[in-house]
Amino acid sequence: MDFFVTLIQVLDSTIRLSTPLLLACLAGLYSERAGIFDIGLEGKMLMSAFFSAAVAAATGSVWLGLLAGIAASLILSGLHGMASITFRGNQLISGVAINFLAAGLTVLVAQSWFQQGGRTPSLFGGGRFESAEFPYAIGPEDAELTGRSVSDLMSDANVVHIVYSELLSGHSILVYVAFLMVPATWWILYRTRFGLRLRAVGENPAAVDTAGVSVVGLRYAAVAICGVLCGIAGAYLATALQAGFVKDMTAGRGFIALAALIFAKWRPWHAMWACLLFGLLQAVALRFQNIDLGGVVIPVQVMDALPYILTVVILAGFVGKAIPPQAGGDPYIKER
Amino acid sequence: MPKWADVVLIPLISLMLAAILSALVILAIGENPVEAVKLMVSGALGSTYGWGYTLYYATNFMFTGLAVAVAFHARLFNIGGEGQAMLGGLGVAMVCLYVDWPHWSVALLAACAASMLFGALWAAIPAYLQAKRGSHIVITTIMFNFIAAAFLNYMLVNVMRPQGSQDPATARFPESVHLPTFQSMFSTAENTVFRGAPVNITFFIALLACVVVWALIWRTRLGYEIRAYGHSETGAVYAGISPVRITIVAMLISGALAGLMAINNVMGEAERLVLNSTEGAGFIGIAVALMGRSHPFGVLLAALLFGFLYQGGAELALWASIPRELIVVIQALVILFTGALDNMVRMPLEKLFLGMRKRAE
Repeated sequence: MDFFVTLIQVLDSTIRLSTPLLLACLAGLYSERAGIFDIGLEGKMLMSAFFSAAVAAATGSVWLGLLAGIAASLILSGLHGMASITFRGNQLISGVAINFLAAGLTVLVAQSWFQQGGRTPSLFGGGRFESAEFPYAIGPEDAELTGRSVSDLMSDANVVHIVYSELLSGHSILVYVAFLMVPATWWILYRTRFGLRLRAVGENPAAVDTAGVSVVGLRYAAVAICGVLCGIAGAYLATALQAGFVKDMTAGRGFIALAALIFAKWRPWHAMWACLLFGLLQAVALRFQNIDLGGVVIPVQVMDALPYILTVVILAGFVGKAIPPQAGGDPYIKER
Repeated sequence: MPKWADVVLIPLISLMLAAILSALVILAIGENPVEAVKLMVSGALGSTYGWGYTLYYATNFMFTGLAVAVAFHARLFNIGGEGQAMLGGLGVAMVCLYVDWPHWSVALLAACAASMLFGALWAAIPAYLQAKRGSHIVITTIMFNFIAAAFLNYMLVNVMRPQGSQDPATARFPESVHLPTFQSMFSTAENTVFRGAPVNITFFIALLACVVVWALIWRTRLGYEIRAYGHSETGAVYAGISPVRITIVAMLISGALAGLMAINNVMGEAERLVLNSTEGAGFIGIAVALMGRSHPFGVLLAALLFGFLYQGGAELALWASIPRELIVVIQALVILFTGALDNMVRMPLEKLFLGMRKRAE
């Protein structure tokens, strides 16, 4: 039973840690499927994390914070779109610039706004996303009612009830949004006209142009969706997973999301599994430092590096080849 | 468009745009940009101490800038300078710690070789995957930065940390491998200059590297092939140049240059290997190479500018309430305007010059 409870707890934190990865990964999916490489996911998440926490701290409303985070992320998306669509610049260089811009600006603004060494005040009450308790799930309310601790109640419950209460219930609403975005993204990409055009513009923009559909418009739309999703991811980090913004709080998650996107070969359902896998690695690394497997000790650094190593292996094509959208990275020049 | 406009005018206009926006950022956080510039100039260039730091940073950025520039000539974007420099540091630390050197000059030669070897090896895998398997080099080098950080963390915590030490760092290097600093080289009996500043003999190695890279790119057969491949892959193949060979060789040179940076920061300054010894210099190399238009002389100038920004930024953080991150913002704006938004400046200028030529006719 002890092992089972530990397992459930690790899986629970897997879901929490996968959520920002999944949102950022789907964000990258829209952008890259439309032919715009985006290595600036990290920067957009960071920018949103700061502005959502700052506005939530200033107004006391987490929803206003979320909106501010999305807006901040959208501005960076607009910049990326301007550089890579309108001015046909190098999309990778633009992404690098956006990451640095966010890393610098967030600390600069945080320092002049709050004077707390580049962080926002801690969020509490309405400034944070609360966890949504499902009906009949064991939660803090039951504990108060019965006068026993939650873990005590858990140990008495049956397996299904534990999984229901611990694993499915009790997450912030953004977690459910993230996982619902997976079927939604699948439906949009594969079952709507917009999705078909979006995928086409990433493979062969000239054909889309010939059909009389605006390449520029489609690509800007994709970049904007990417901005919104990165905004939600950042807001989740600062107002749900943690209570406030700290310097560099994304800690490479944007790049892990990028790795997951390649791992999933740019497909929504696979993206979810890849993000869950990488989230599990993070959860395990967080809970156990060095893992002892019958004499062989796996150092924690291996868990840290594993998402990147797996991605390189996938990219190398040793385990099924990852082929990116064909027109990815190329600016489209209309013939005159 | 005349060549001078391409080489001088466009970078200058981009730089000015970045400067104007940076000034606006300083204004927006409630500080005075003019005062900030004065503080930066006096802090970075007002004393030999300030110059000592400025040149020290510039040395780092010359190596990483050259690394990015060489890869750019083959149209490869090497974001992995950070990881390659970290591994170079590992090579330097091994040479300095595990071998007994009679004199620093011998140790310096060995450390140069080791840092180049380690840096090049770390670039070799992404290079091979790009050349042979078509894996995008930008993604693989990003991944290799993270893998390098985890690997270095493991080496410092579990292997190279002296017994009884809590600090994830190697032991201090022995006295015999300490490099001469500018203070010991240029001070006279009555006048001490560069007191306490970390700039050291590596600065001259960096200058030498600029000359060597220039000669390599514009005066050798290999350099010609690299540039040809960068201009047109199909053209290069038609001329009998092997894309696989050029990709791998260019990346090996690039990785070796990034690795060389470790001579400056590990052997010259810290005199031991610490976590995060590179401090983002690998990424600044991108800004330096873009601003310097991938030409070694441009890289030298851009590296000096960023050295000034870094030392000036440190002084700002010390004397005014502007965090060091201002430099990261300036760096981002430089990359944005000289790299990604290049066409924003170029297109109107091209129109202008075209109009002028038509009128002259």
